[in-house]
Amino acid sequence: MLTVFYIAALIAVISTVLVITRTNAVHALLYLIVSLLAVAMIFFVLGAPFVAALEVIIYAGAIMVLFIFVIMMLNLGGAHAKEEALLLTPGIWKGPAMLCLILAMELIYTFTLDRATLSAITEITPKQVGIALLGPYVLGVELASMLLLAGLVGAYHLGRPHKH
Amino acid sequence: MIQSIPMEHGLILATILFILGLIGVLVRRNIVFMLMSVEIMLNAVGIAFVVAGARWGQVDGQVMFIFILTMAAAEVSVGLALVLQLYHNFKTLDTDAVSKMKG
Repeated sequence: MLTVFYIAALIAVISTVLVITRTNAVHALLYLIVSLLAVAMIFFVLGAPFVAALEVIIYAGAIMVLFIFVIMMLNLGGAHAKEEALLLTPGIWKGPAMLCLILAMELIYTFTLDRATLSAITEITPKQVGIALLGPYVLGVELASMLLLAGLVGAYHLGRPHKH
Repeated sequence: MIQSIPMEHGLILATILFILGLIGVLVRRNIVFMLMSVEIMLNAVGIAFVVAGARWGQVDGQVMFIFILTMAAAEVSVGLALVLQLYHNFKTLDTDAVSKMKG
């Protein structure tokens, strides 16, 4: 379990370094997704499966899709069709795919472990998180909903068509 | 017997990722990359919360991570709307183009 943690941590650090050193935004996003998946793996071995799922669904899914929408909307650079052709050739996605493969192998490895060896990890189930979230933290949940509403209104206001 | 993961190592990982995000914000001048670096920093703080929560077997760390996730989603939606406005008005993503205030 420790080795799984260290490998995932190493992948997270490597892909994060690659994120901040890329020049192409789409390539950086690919590595950022790998970094988030590695962090999800770390949460999984820490005994937090619910948060690991949220990390994949919301961070690597929803938030990264927002980034991709904006990058595609901006249509950066004139040589866009060339970029597109370049994206289909191996080489650009080879790095992220390799790192993802390592993470997938780690995940399969953790699934093959039996229950007894996993007893060292105290797992916090989604049920416990839900009870805490809607019990003592219910005020925080309400505030989060307000924040999301404010974010929605703000994004709509800023994103609406410009009129001069 | 498999040992549990030491908390220090989780916190060191969170620190490294946070510093990488900070370097990204300070060094990069492209606003999309700066937003990505902010996401990395928020995620690193989330790791610290979950690691600390796992250390004592409490749910509070995960609850805090969910709040951070919500905050990151709201922040990134507004931030990307601002990126679109910036690009619409200045035809660039360079933050140096908007270093002066009007007025």
